[in-house]
Amino acid sequence: MPHIVVRNLVKTFRVAERDPGMWGAVRGLVRRRYRTVRALGGISFSVEAGELVGYIGPNGAGKSTTVKVLSGILVPDSGRCEVLGRVPWRERIPLVRQIGVVFGQRTQLWWDLPVVESFHLLRAIYRVPETEHARTRDELIALLDLAPLLDVPVRQLSLGQRMRCDLAAALLHSPSLLFLDEPTIGLDAVSKLAVRDFVRLLNRERGVTVILTTHDMDDIEALCTRVIVIGEGRLLSDGTLDDLRRRVTTERWLIVDLLDDDEEVSDPQASVISREGSRVCLRFHPEQVPPAALIARITAKHAIRDLFVENPPIEEIIARMYRGAAP
Amino acid sequence: MSAYGAVISARFRMHLQYRAAALAGLGTQLFWGLIRIFIFAAFFRSSDSPQPMTYPQVVTYIWLSQALMRLIPWYAGDPDVRAAIRTGSVAYELLRPVDLYWTWFVRIIGATLAETALRAIPMFIVAGLFLGLQAPPSWPSAGAWALAMIGVVLLGGAMVTLLSITMMWTISGEGVTYIAPTLAIVFSGMIVPLPFFPDWAQPVLNALPFRGLIDIPFRLYMGHLSSREALPMFAQQMAWTIALVALGRLLLARGTRRLVVQGG
Amino acid sequence: MRDSLQLYLRYLGVSVRSQMQYRGSFILLSIAHLFATGIDFVGLWVLFHRFGSIGGWSLAEVALLYGMVSSAFAFADATTRGFDMFGETMIRTGDFDRILLRPRSAALQIAGQELTLRRIGRLSQSLPVLLWASWSLGVVWSPAKVALVVATILGGACLFNGLFVLRGTLAFWTVESLEIMNTVTYGGVEASEYPLVIYPAWFRRFFTFVVPLACISYFPALGILDRASSSGIPFFLPWVAPLAGLAFLCLSLQVWKLGVRHYQSTGS
Repeated sequence: MPHIVVRNLVKTFRVAERDPGMWGAVRGLVRRRYRTVRALGGISFSVEAGELVGYIGPNGAGKSTTVKVLSGILVPDSGRCEVLGRVPWRERIPLVRQIGVVFGQRTQLWWDLPVVESFHLLRAIYRVPETEHARTRDELIALLDLAPLLDVPVRQLSLGQRMRCDLAAALLHSPSLLFLDEPTIGLDAVSKLAVRDFVRLLNRERGVTVILTTHDMDDIEALCTRVIVIGEGRLLSDGTLDDLRRRVTTERWLIVDLLDDDEEVSDPQASVISREGSRVCLRFHPEQVPPAALIARITAKHAIRDLFVENPPIEEIIARMYRGAAP
Repeated sequence: MSAYGAVISARFRMHLQYRAAALAGLGTQLFWGLIRIFIFAAFFRSSDSPQPMTYPQVVTYIWLSQALMRLIPWYAGDPDVRAAIRTGSVAYELLRPVDLYWTWFVRIIGATLAETALRAIPMFIVAGLFLGLQAPPSWPSAGAWALAMIGVVLLGGAMVTLLSITMMWTISGEGVTYIAPTLAIVFSGMIVPLPFFPDWAQPVLNALPFRGLIDIPFRLYMGHLSSREALPMFAQQMAWTIALVALGRLLLARGTRRLVVQGG
Repeated sequence: MRDSLQLYLRYLGVSVRSQMQYRGSFILLSIAHLFATGIDFVGLWVLFHRFGSIGGWSLAEVALLYGMVSSAFAFADATTRGFDMFGETMIRTGDFDRILLRPRSAALQIAGQELTLRRIGRLSQSLPVLLWASWSLGVVWSPAKVALVVATILGGACLFNGLFVLRGTLAFWTVESLEIMNTVTYGGVEASEYPLVIYPAWFRRFFTFVVPLACISYFPALGILDRASSSGIPFFLPWVAPLAGLAFLCLSLQVWKLGVRHYQSTGS
């Protein structure tokens, strides 16, 4: 049984419009104007158990709306949706007992209390038996290196420490499905790696299904085999990362480090994207010119310190995709 | 000056958007005013002895206090100022080449005026037309009231500013901001008009600054205090205002030194 | 049911420990709160000093009403303030979503959110007033009457909690700051501190059948003062009246559920 099934999910919102200025405010007192926003325009996908799916899109694309519908917080206008075999908004309490959610920007821990107190409270809330809770909790503490943090009030933790604690908190009741909403936002490099390693372990070794919503493409590249792209309430892409790249463009980038800063670089079958000091970035299409041929030409004309061929960064891919989606 | 005008109109607009709150505010205040009136009516029915104020005067008094409720320092100071102190952004304000006290004072007065006007106008209309809020008995009384209202705005502003400043001292500040509004509410005559208090209490009540918020203006309005008293009463309001402004400035200077030294 | 209560007690513990971290502030604010609520009774006393009685009720009899209502409010005030700031703290920030993500009733979680225990300080002025009234009136306390007072205070606490829940529920429909709704609760408290007879008929009906404040103050008081028959009400009414408080709370929770459903349809 797939963990998540979504068919033609539609959700619109009514947003009040405000007229500017004083006169507009007085008019607003008497009559309000509304605007309909189509957050989800009929999306469909399914997720099997044990997948690690990236869910990306620009702001306002409908990512958080989707997550809210899937977790039972929001009721859609129409469409079918089943999570772990249940209709989320109808069976909210049985469902949320089996899922975990982490919001990158908001903690679910109690601000003034030591971390371990939050864990105790969550055990009571989720009704986890004491022995089971102790085992899970100790495992998570070991995996996320939380031992020195347990007695620290949450407000005194750094962002990275808090995120690790939030991850543990979301997993204390051993959910089989985990939603991560921007888990690495604002974190330092070390913490990001720690979070990624943990999520990978969770998925590969414990089989926890993970839906990762993020703007950080490094997260996606590090973790996700499957990526769903959403824009303006519509699904733009659903497949592997490579599929995604190929869909948008086949171009490749050639990065060249020149020995001589001032040299001009040009080629009839490549165009310069950017130049920073001695580093030049060129764009080309492998169908037009084989990489080897281009490299040969460039190295013949210029003194090179280093060069490498890359796929365009995923941000670039996504940006083009969003631009494609814009009206 | 136009900057302050902008603050007032911004607050005004903000409150206009909150139309549910505006309606709820009007409704609940009418409700509360009615309860008070019923209670006083029953008291007046229960006793034949002469009272310090007549029943129609009490009714007017109650509606006035509901309409102009916002002028009293109900709560612990202006929320913007409190937020500034709490988040430490008061440090930014200190960097600006303006007098911090007067900035806050004017801002608070502006906000208070905006919010009071929004509540007072509908209440005056409804209570005046249907519920027994009477007009002042004479032009001199009306004039005396107008003068006293200026005093109320300034005095109230000085109080709220002072309360906001005490927030710089977290523990003692909190205590003061809790007790002071209570004192203000009782001793201004908001709960029970001051003339009803026992005779032996009158001298004390008259000496306190709080009467300048409700007791003085409302009694001038009704002619209960003769309009000849307008100037002496105004003088009393201003005397307290000046004292509170001085205290506020002193505390602000102390407080900012403290903040600067401690680093917020 | 039992483990909902256990969870609530846990919340209580958490809140107490949170507030104990700021001990100096807690003590000072408790004293300040005591002072602030004590002022209430001063107003009452002043008016009786001038007028002598109201609707045939003496100061001591009104003090009985006051003692019960104020005590009920103290319990409610201290325990369900979560609904007070609900709009600002939860809806606006989006933290309500987190509440919905937990496998428990939202109302229970919100109720446990903020237990400002210092407000229980109000009891230290309401209970002495109640005791004074009882002594001054020479009330003979049978077990039934004691049970009635306790039930009245608890029923009153339920009613006030119901009002808080309703006020919090409004936040689902408008994110505006409705702190003015305080006047409904405070106005209600003030109204029920006086005997119902002084109010016009439509007011009496409102406070008996719509927001049954009379059932947690006036009617039980008639029972305690043995004035039920002389006031023309059925003899059993004072003894069952406090249940209306509980009923009101249950109704409020149903309205709350509607509010949650509305939130789920429209988002934040």
